[in-house]
Amino acid sequence: MNLDHSILTLLTFTPLVGAVLLAFLPDKGKTLQWAALAITLLTFLMTLHLPAHFSYNAAAGTYQFEQNIGWIDSPAIRYHLGVDGLSMWLIVLTGLLAPLGVLISWNTISERKKLFYIFFLLQQVAMLGVFVSLDLFLYYAFWELTLVPMTLLIGVFGRTDNRRRAAIKYFLYAFIPSAVMLVAVLWLYVNTGTFDIPQLIALATRHGISTNNAGLWLCSLAFLGAFAVKVPVFPLHGWLSDAVSEAPTAAVMVLAGKLGLYSILRFSFGIFPDQSRHIAPLLIALAAIGIVYGALLALVQKDLKKLAAYGTLGHVSVAVLGLFTFTIAGIDGGIYQTLNEGIGGAALFMLLGLLYERYGTYDVREFGGLAGKFPWMVTLFVITTLSVIGLPILNGFVGEFLVFSGVMQANVLHHAFWTALATSGVILTAAYMLLMIQRVFYGSLGLKSKSVTGWDLDAREHLALWPLILVMLAMGVASPYWMQAIDPAGVVLADETPDASQTPKAVYSVPGSNFPQQQFQEGGQR
Amino acid sequence: MNLAPNVLALLPEYILTLAGVFIMLAEPCLKPGSSRKPLGWIAILGTLLAAGASWFQLGFGTVHAFSGSIQTDAFSIFFHLLIAAVVLVTLLGSLEYFEGNATHAGEYYALVLFGAVGMMLMTCSTELLMVFIGLEISSISTYIMAGFRKGQAVASESSIKYFLLGSFATAFFLYGIALAFGATGSTSLAAIAVGLGTTKTPTLAILALAMMIIGLGFKVSAAPFHVWTPDVYQGAPAPVVGLMSTAPKAAAFAVLLRIAFSGFPSMQHRWAIMIWILAALSMTIGNLGALLQRDVKRMLAYSSIAHAGYLLVAFTAFPVEGISAAAFYTAAYAAMNVGAFAVITQVGGFNETARTLDDYRGLATRRPVLSGVFAFFLLSLIGIPFTGGFFGKFYVFSAAIGSGHIWLAVIGLINSGVACFYYLRLLATIYAKPTAEASEVAPATPVSVPAIVGLTLATVATLVLGIMPGNTLWLAQYAGTSTMIENAREQCAATPNNCQQMPVPMERR
Repeated sequence: MNLDHSILTLLTFTPLVGAVLLAFLPDKGKTLQWAALAITLLTFLMTLHLPAHFSYNAAAGTYQFEQNIGWIDSPAIRYHLGVDGLSMWLIVLTGLLAPLGVLISWNTISERKKLFYIFFLLQQVAMLGVFVSLDLFLYYAFWELTLVPMTLLIGVFGRTDNRRRAAIKYFLYAFIPSAVMLVAVLWLYVNTGTFDIPQLIALATRHGISTNNAGLWLCSLAFLGAFAVKVPVFPLHGWLSDAVSEAPTAAVMVLAGKLGLYSILRFSFGIFPDQSRHIAPLLIALAAIGIVYGALLALVQKDLKKLAAYGTLGHVSVAVLGLFTFTIAGIDGGIYQTLNEGIGGAALFMLLGLLYERYGTYDVREFGGLAGKFPWMVTLFVITTLSVIGLPILNGFVGEFLVFSGVMQANVLHHAFWTALATSGVILTAAYMLLMIQRVFYGSLGLKSKSVTGWDLDAREHLALWPLILVMLAMGVASPYWMQAIDPAGVVLADETPDASQTPKAVYSVPGSNFPQQQFQEGGQR
Repeated sequence: MNLAPNVLALLPEYILTLAGVFIMLAEPCLKPGSSRKPLGWIAILGTLLAAGASWFQLGFGTVHAFSGSIQTDAFSIFFHLLIAAVVLVTLLGSLEYFEGNATHAGEYYALVLFGAVGMMLMTCSTELLMVFIGLEISSISTYIMAGFRKGQAVASESSIKYFLLGSFATAFFLYGIALAFGATGSTSLAAIAVGLGTTKTPTLAILALAMMIIGLGFKVSAAPFHVWTPDVYQGAPAPVVGLMSTAPKAAAFAVLLRIAFSGFPSMQHRWAIMIWILAALSMTIGNLGALLQRDVKRMLAYSSIAHAGYLLVAFTAFPVEGISAAAFYTAAYAAMNVGAFAVITQVGGFNETARTLDDYRGLATRRPVLSGVFAFFLLSLIGIPFTGGFFGKFYVFSAAIGSGHIWLAVIGLINSGVACFYYLRLLATIYAKPTAEASEVAPATPVSVPAIVGLTLATVATLVLGIMPGNTLWLAQYAGTSTMIENAREQCAATPNNCQQMPVPMERR
């Protein structure tokens, strides 16, 4: 049976069917956990169909696994799904994180489990929907839908009494720019008569959307604003630390980053190429500030989850920095960094969640000296940290290296300044992450770690963490495997055309990079 | 089947009137204190028949009757079906509600049906005096129904307030009709449209239009004519609020659409400004007002003001898009709002045991299914995708942007962001942990089967309008085009020399 034309529908709506099934299951013992695990694993297996059958030789700008059927005649809305190199790995990542999220919530969510897993699965549906939609209406519908389960997860299952405030803050932050974006979406439709994304992108490359320049500008800003809040880009990150510190681990894992970054690439770059290039200097500056600001704030946090929240701001800013250079290396690196953030951030939040499960606190001052008690946990923690910092042979390095070399290639003078600032953020990142490791795991036993007996990772926790660790390693040493899908998508969006001067060698020999370069094994993909 | 136009055009109204009269006659024959449910079932049967009759009318295209004062077309059928559906859901939810509580439950069923007759008559009249008669029939029924929880101060306040302000507004409407007659020499919409071209007193015509907009603005509770809404909704029985926040509004909107697009089409540049202001005010005042409410019914009252504002946005669009967007939004709004009040009916019961936000705290643990349905309606009211509320808003704002009213759309969409706050607050309260006292409340009475059917209908309608809006959209667009075709036909009949090109009729599905 050839699944190619229905796989996207199947994988998007499997969690929805699962959520409905879950509603009818009895809340007895571990039934709900097992069911949710089975559903998410099934979804993950389906997402693996994509890389297995992906055609790497397809022409740039084309979509695969397409499904395009009429939905509503007037206004012309179609049920159009498809993926390209840009969205494929994000879909797989979303698929991968879900079962891990179920595993990590296995014991921590003990009350109202049914509600939790239903929201969790609905969130999964919405996110997958965002990545697979090729119709602007459909995309927008899923985009708005991502807000609801997440808000409820934060508002109902939050950690402290502050949860409702955090949930409503998150919702309003994200919803109001999205509402303005809807105006822009409708304006586009009125001008072009289509919601079809490939058609809109084709029109945009021919400058055929509208001759109303001011309208196009406002429209592009409406799109970018909605995405920038969701990423978040400094200074629109107001919701992040509250939402992160309240949300349960499984929700935090998918909270920031990929949805917004993907949307910037697909829509801001695709439909508004000129406007995005004009506004790029601003975004580069904001991203560089975001990197340093996030790292500096992370450095002074006493609450581990807040620390990780500001760290997240820094990491997504790296991706934003790469994207807006409009160089191939920068965009490829930005996409890679988006995946990295998804993996590294998820692993970090899971590990923090495990600490919380044992000690009931995120306060760094109450920990200390855990290394001797939990050898396994400290190992995984250190590997995750190194990946986040960007140590060679782990995935973080590939992304950051490409991003920074991309910024340097962009022949704009003031970029050099921002690059210098941003690279200093890398050092600060190392500082706060290593400081965290030191304070939690080394030194003398802290208040909590002395009085409360914890336990090292059990089998379920191992199972939840190792996949991510392995992926970090694999993406660090075998990056071409991922790049062969990402690169064609990046090339289309970048300014340059890949020619002889753009060999990987040119990428390596960029001066001013802080990175040791010898282990970097990316090569031969162009 | 051949039916005389005068029979065919008002078939649903005849059926409902007969059913209502039969209920009035049967009521005294029943033993005092015995169950009034059979009367309710007769009312439900009558409503179903009336809906069937409307559907049957669709096969005849545009029918004129009673010397041109009644025009049955896709437009009127759309609203007939809508009103019948709302009445059906209300009746299903009322069977248990009034049982053993109200002394005159039988009359309630008759009043609902008579009210429906008035509303339906409003949507198919093209003669302003006929509209007025319909308006009076529907208003008087709702005035009485609003005070049906006799012996409670809020109920009497609700009823009297609604009656006093309502009759005042109706007077405005009547005054508008008189002025329109003075300006154009007719009270028939088609004749008014023609007369506007030759009138010597255009100012009078504008004044007439403004008066009528004020009168109808009151009925749809558009700001600044909304002040009665919160008090009336708070005091009236929940099923009645579900009915009167949707069906009479739908009828009033239908009349407003007819008057604006068929009666005064040449003055669109004038009334579009008036309605622009009403829309912006209603959305803003409604949403800001709702933020401050702790009583759930009052909150939904303000929310209905805001929704009237969203709906008015559609009037600023081009005729066909405007009419179909307004019609579609009315349907979506009716489905979700009547559903929300059906849930409130079930939660509170006749004595309204659940009024404020605190009473709803932790509802999800006590009544998970009912809460889930309520949550769905609230999400639809917010305008979350894959619900009728989202597609309705989407369609209305796309129509407004299509005609260049981008700023109104921006105001509207930012307002819908503000609106999230109070809907979410209610939603979060429902799913919050119950307080200690709340968990001691005796287990709630189970929802009766007819109420389940009614809730299911509303839920399915809201969902279908969000996911598969195709058929309703088609009917709404058919309503829009058929209205425009009829306008053009009347125009051509009156001034053959100045005959513009006829709009192309839509294909039947």
